[in-house]
Amino acid sequence: MKILPAILLFIYSLLSNFAYANDEPVIFENKNLEERYYFLIEEIRCLVCQNQSLADSNAPLAQDLRNEIFKMIQANKSNIEIMEFLVERYGDFILYRPPLKKNTWLLWFGPFLFLVIGFFVAVFVIKKQSRESQENK
Amino acid sequence: MRYLFPLVIFAGLATLFVFGLQNDPRYVPSPLINKAAPEFILPTLHKPDQNININDLKGKVSIINVWASWCAACRIEHPLLNNYTRKHQLNLYGLNYKDKRSDALQWLENLGNPYIESAYDEIGTVGIDYGVYGVPETFILDKKGTIRYKHIGPIDDKQFNRIIMPLITKLEQEQHP
Repeated sequence: MKILPAILLFIYSLLSNFAYANDEPVIFENKNLEERYYFLIEEIRCLVCQNQSLADSNAPLAQDLRNEIFKMIQANKSNIEIMEFLVERYGDFILYRPPLKKNTWLLWFGPFLFLVIGFFVAVFVIKKQSRESQENK
Repeated sequence: MRYLFPLVIFAGLATLFVFGLQNDPRYVPSPLINKAAPEFILPTLHKPDQNININDLKGKVSIINVWASWCAACRIEHPLLNNYTRKHQLNLYGLNYKDKRSDALQWLENLGNPYIESAYDEIGTVGIDYGVYGVPETFILDKKGTIRYKHIGPIDDKQFNRIIMPLITKLEQEQHP
């Protein structure tokens, strides 16, 4: 009887893409607008539950913001305009990808900085070891 | 000497964590600070046929407190607000956020009404304009209607006495051109 859970799981996986409880129905005139909607709700953070996107979250605020984004897409707003609208109100934190700014410089380039440090440490260690092994000869 | 290096790294990380873990991840700095308070026109909670708008708040230092009857933390904050308005001359306005009018009125009936007036934001659009995400929230506006401070979550006595009240006193002394 392993087949039944598998079928249920399959059906559930089909449904879960579409079901957002309590939302106004999202019906777009064309595929492009619809894709933008699903792109945006994945890119924007739900501030109530912080580690979920608007698409993941069932918080009432996430529902409101999804509706707001839906309306803005219908009103022919561009993705950038929609993101600016949200950032003006909630700050950069609402975007999952923080913009490149003075105060996010370390966040974006920090990993490369550590890569460079790591490179010099490796060179230092290798040189030291080869010197030691030569002295031991 | 051999163990010094890892020890230094450990000490460095530990210091970083001590400070880093004290940060509140729920605190998100508002981009609205030092910007004009977003405009709104909303019916008042008590009189649905009367409107209140942001210009009604200008000319005086005022406080906007976002609240709702469904919000548990508001229940903790509410007696403090009653207390503060009794003790001090405060221009405290409410923004009743995504609430049922009857529930909100009942709440004020039961717990007391510290607000001069509450604006009734039934669907929460004004809440979005104010970047509200964790009720209760409190905004302090200077005489020109610029947002000068935002507090997320219930206010407690310490924050009121140390930050909010001194700020209000300071803003009241600012000259209004």
